[in-house]
Amino acid sequence: MRAALAVLLVLLLGSVARAERLIVSVSNHRVTVTPNYSGEELVLFGSVEKDASTPVDRRTYDLVVTVMGPRADMVTRRKERTFGIWINTDYRQFLEVPSYLALFANRSFEAITSPEIARRQQIGLNNVLLTQRVSGDYADVVPNDVFRSAFIRLRTQRGLYREDPSAVTFLTPTLFRTGIPLPAEVPIGTYEVEIKLFADGAFIGKTETAFEIVKVGFEQFVATTARQNGLIYGLVTAAMALMTGWMASIVFRKD
Amino acid sequence: MQLYLPIADLPVNVFLVLAMGAAVGFVSGMFGIGGGFLMTPLLIFIGITPAVAVASVASHIAASSFSGALAYWRRRAIDPALASVLLSGGVTGTALGVWTFTQLRALGQLDLMIALSYVVLLTTVGSLMFSEGLRALMRTRRGAVPPRRTHNWIHGLPLKMRFKRSKIYLSVIPVVIVGIVIGFIGAIMGIGGGFILVPIMIYVLRVPTSTVIGTSMVLTLVTMLFATLLHAVTNHLVDAVLALILMVGGVTGAQFGARAGQKIRGEQLRLLLGLLILSVGVRFAIELVIEPADLFTIRELGVSG
Repeated sequence: MRAALAVLLVLLLGSVARAERLIVSVSNHRVTVTPNYSGEELVLFGSVEKDASTPVDRRTYDLVVTVMGPRADMVTRRKERTFGIWINTDYRQFLEVPSYLALFANRSFEAITSPEIARRQQIGLNNVLLTQRVSGDYADVVPNDVFRSAFIRLRTQRGLYREDPSAVTFLTPTLFRTGIPLPAEVPIGTYEVEIKLFADGAFIGKTETAFEIVKVGFEQFVATTARQNGLIYGLVTAAMALMTGWMASIVFRKD
Repeated sequence: MQLYLPIADLPVNVFLVLAMGAAVGFVSGMFGIGGGFLMTPLLIFIGITPAVAVASVASHIAASSFSGALAYWRRRAIDPALASVLLSGGVTGTALGVWTFTQLRALGQLDLMIALSYVVLLTTVGSLMFSEGLRALMRTRRGAVPPRRTHNWIHGLPLKMRFKRSKIYLSVIPVVIVGIVIGFIGAIMGIGGGFILVPIMIYVLRVPTSTVIGTSMVLTLVTMLFATLLHAVTNHLVDAVLALILMVGGVTGAQFGARAGQKIRGEQLRLLLGLLILSVGVRFAIELVIEPADLFTIRELGVSG
């Protein structure tokens, strides 16, 4: 009897988890940063596919889209007035945190789900895991910690972190779209997109997709050369300086 | 027209940077200086990080001092012997400077040190130059003769050497020290150091005015080329695209500046230059003292994995 119940429960849970399928696509899977790049907006399209096991009375869905750029280590420093001038004193290391982070939803995170689930599913900038080095330990801290909130504020100011609880729009009850704004100073690399589906406050499934941002052409060439062949890069830059100076002295020669 | 700078990692308006290069070039041509002390702050002002600004300006100064040095070479206004002694110090100083730059950057104190050095150096040099220019101006008003140059303790140092073209007999010790100091501060602050070097050479080393500017330009040229190379190898911070735009604007502006400079009297020029240097220094000082709009800063340590 108990075993039968367990099987039934598993079946039920399984069917709940598999009741809806998310199908998504990004308007561009490969964004190229060219010399005249000054920001761009991608569009994420998707639809919620129901099947036979979907409860009939379930009509409305909630969506949370998380876009995470390549991970990097960062340091947040705090200035303090010392001897009358402002200098960096205290600092906090952030380890392998997303260089770009965006959270979009169709309505406020509080309305979508409970704080408990929001924390577990990392819904909202306050809930995304940002590993820090705190007195020798690696952990995230409370959302109102000064370094954590300053970090999020500064990244937000640069357009690199954002949360917008009204960015996702449902075109029909099951068809949705959202824009993914990419600032001009966008970090280069692979971006993961996670789409989480909620209904009546419960998390019912997710899907993932990705896109990449690459520098192409001359940009890419200059940046890679500078990093990998510093000496040659330096020599070429120095030669360029000499050439420019020499040309100027010929062009503007007075006698 | 927006252009994406590959190393600074941000888009800038080409014409804005070109105009900045031309404006600084104009000033540098007018006063016969490299103009790094104006260029680096301007770049920081438009949002380029101090580290990238300092490293990229080095190549810009190299370009403008090379065109200057060529002109002085044709006029035989460069003392090769004096230049090589200065350079032996200059290259050492630059290497030390770039090394210090890297250390400070790792400690998170680079921006502070750049700002502090600007305050100390520019306010000192600026006020000295300003007051000297003022006194010279008063003297000419009164029609008095400038005080005769006398020898000082520097000329009593050993290891003397004859610098033929400059017609001076001078110990190499102060010359090498001056080279080291200029190379060091140049690498850290992103300046050629001409505005400090020229007065030192005139007032302390007693180098005649006929060879002073040309010779100082050779020092600037070589130390800045070397600084470009070292910054590129150790910190990967030299933005060649940015540097090229600055160079083109700079060398063009310098030509017009040089013509404008010939119309102004020497004392007035020094007075103006002193005022300009002083105001840049004061600007940095104010920034250090007033509470910053944001106490927090973030630095990316590079993409991991």
